[in-house]
Amino acid sequence: MTSPLFEYAPAPESRSIVDVAPSYGLFVDGEFVDGSGDTLKTVNPATEEVLSEVAVGTEADVDRAVRAARRAFTRVWGPMRPADRGKYLFRIARILQERAREFAVLESLDNGKPIRESRDVDVPLAAAHFFHHAGWADKLGYAGLGPDPRPHGVAGQVIPWNFPLLMLAWKVAPALATGNTVVLKPAETTPLTALLFAQVCQQADLPPGVVNIVTGAGETGRAVVEHADVDKVAFTGSTEVGRSIARAVAGTRKVLTLELGGKAANIVFDDAPIDQAVEGIVRGIFFNQGHVCCAGSRLLVQESVHDEVIASLQRRIGTLRVGDPLDKNTDVGAINSAEQLARIRELSEIGEAEGAHRWQPACDLPDRGFWFPPTVFTDVSPAHRIARDEVFGPVLSVLTFRTPDEAVAKADNSTYGLSAGIWTEKGSRILAIADRLRAGVVWANTFNQFDPTSPFGGYKQSGYGREGGRQGLAAYLKGASH
Amino acid sequence: MTHVLDPGTLAAGTRPGPGPGTAFDDVTRSDAALRAFLHGLPGVDQVGAEQRAATLGTRSIKTTAKAWAIDTAISMVDLTTLEGADTPGKVRSLAAKARRPDPTDPTAPAVAAVCVYGDLAGVAREALAGTGVHVAAVATAFPSGRASREVKLADVRDAVGNGADEIDMVIDRGAFLAGRYLEVFEEVVAVKEACGGAHLKVILETGELVTYDNARRASWLAMLAGADFVKTSTGKISPAATLPVCLVMLEAVRDFRAATGRQVGVKPAGGIRTTKDAIKHLVLVNETVGADWLSPDRFRLGASSLLNDLLLQRQKLRTGHYSGPDHVSVD
Repeated sequence: MTSPLFEYAPAPESRSIVDVAPSYGLFVDGEFVDGSGDTLKTVNPATEEVLSEVAVGTEADVDRAVRAARRAFTRVWGPMRPADRGKYLFRIARILQERAREFAVLESLDNGKPIRESRDVDVPLAAAHFFHHAGWADKLGYAGLGPDPRPHGVAGQVIPWNFPLLMLAWKVAPALATGNTVVLKPAETTPLTALLFAQVCQQADLPPGVVNIVTGAGETGRAVVEHADVDKVAFTGSTEVGRSIARAVAGTRKVLTLELGGKAANIVFDDAPIDQAVEGIVRGIFFNQGHVCCAGSRLLVQESVHDEVIASLQRRIGTLRVGDPLDKNTDVGAINSAEQLARIRELSEIGEAEGAHRWQPACDLPDRGFWFPPTVFTDVSPAHRIARDEVFGPVLSVLTFRTPDEAVAKADNSTYGLSAGIWTEKGSRILAIADRLRAGVVWANTFNQFDPTSPFGGYKQSGYGREGGRQGLAAYLKGASH
Repeated sequence: MTHVLDPGTLAAGTRPGPGPGTAFDDVTRSDAALRAFLHGLPGVDQVGAEQRAATLGTRSIKTTAKAWAIDTAISMVDLTTLEGADTPGKVRSLAAKARRPDPTDPTAPAVAAVCVYGDLAGVAREALAGTGVHVAAVATAFPSGRASREVKLADVRDAVGNGADEIDMVIDRGAFLAGRYLEVFEEVVAVKEACGGAHLKVILETGELVTYDNARRASWLAMLAGADFVKTSTGKISPAATLPVCLVMLEAVRDFRAATGRQVGVKPAGGIRTTKDAIKHLVLVNETVGADWLSPDRFRLGASSLLNDLLLQRQKLRTGHYSGPDHVSVD
């Protein structure tokens, strides 16, 4: 035996399965068309290699897309038999499964997330959302949302860069199942899987104009949201942008759902299954490099088990494999953009300046690309900015509590209210605490689990409206209440 | 800053503390105390443990890592035959295979031990003399363990007398499930004493204990009683070794070393048939307890058919193509 150490050899997923074009236009009315404005480069955040150039949609481009969507709504998609709409959605879901590896590799290239996650989480869940909603298409009258719920018409949707394909699925699947047509603006830094999805729409023979994809940055998104002929606006992203969208649609007839930031409390009681709680903490904050709006970024741990949990957590973090997103053994990939990396660095420095103690494992980071090591702050006070602001990165703030009341008070002491976690072996405590938390999603003895049947959304500045489940359908139907 | 521990502290086992036999004397003074201690261990969440094991099962071990893992796995095999039809001839042929698993390739390492019934330990000892391959014997009325204490201890002494330097005992699952923990503890202590210098592996038969909480408690009980190894199964009950149960037992030996400084080994046995299974177990060891356990002194794989698959995969790595089952010896 040569070495006592078990060193995993590189196990890169081949990127030959994806065929990235040097440039992409906009997907409008069933075809790829040139944009009338500039282009932007999308890069691989793990290497800073330019992957492709995509069009920046202008107001005129957006107008063209909205008109195509309106036409498709009035002439084809609206009048279509609901069961036939369902067939298209089933077809899209199947194609997503068939081309799963292609989507996974492309997602990891463009976003920086580990292939293990894009392969095992993002893509299968995206397909599951289409399957789930396909089944609803001809059963909307039985969803408890009124006897004959009607679609709004044209939905303008703007999605973030953290789960590019999955957030597309969360938006597009319910909109189409309920009979709406779509103009979708993917994130500036991660447009490629949305453009591949456009090809899937063509492959599925989806009628032209039902799905339109207009790439670009903030101005393109604004044009989608503010277009006069958009009936329904759905946005997932930062609270700051969400606020400006709410202002823009105020006083119009548009219906709005917002899924914004979060600062979730992950509460570990002293009777928790500690080993699994540590796994849950790791999954809660380091899944997708912490680029998760519902990330468990505030660990609230009972003082009596604090030392044990932190020691265990640090040992576990020491085994995380940070690096090449396409390596099948990578646990933590690249930060999505230079801009986001700067924000993570800034907030971490503020954390230290405010007196919290920063801990990071020894880890070699690649020379090129955007990287930040898994980070734990202990001695964090609820007054510190790292306990209040959303970092949106692999940075965990550890706070303590002594009693269940104190745990609830500290967990709810946030301007956000998207998600929370409870770790205890006592079932009655789970129910009692969950009942008192002001959070849209509460996980018990697990974290970051998603399913299309389960509604997802927030309280307070985490937004309003729900996605997924029966409640998620309501957002795309007229006069539906849940 | 008092609470931020160096994560290496626990793993390195350098935390100061009393040695075995002193730290936990108190918890074994009565049935009530032992019960309170075992039931006070942190629970195991079934869903979470299974999810963790499944995630580690997706690790992709290729090329040089695979070659290392295959050789390491071969060196950890307890090559086993536990049949009513076992004969001296069968044991001798197994011993020959144990010392030189691949007759065409002397670079293939020898296995860790040959595991037989106690009456055949002498045959194995003779056949393996001077090879460094250990002789393990099952004892204590294996596999059921349903016999009086005297019979079990006589079984152990007989096997040791025949030349076994490792004893694989079974715990009294009936007593454990009935909550008579101290009785089980005392029996393991007595067997350990009867072993003399032989290493003691304690079989929990997790397939009969059923819950992960029980697997964790039984592991602690066995370690407190002086086990050198905790072993999942007899191989006669299904399910035998599973990844999540092995995970829970690895966590137990890790925590036990942190608490006492004593390092106990783990042996999954039964149901591990393929190289892929074996490598998944090595990944589990590597990422749960680390390199300190990646040695035949601390981790064993109880198996019979596994060895041939490891050898076939080894040949494949060397030659680039798969050979058929006729290129490895039948057992």
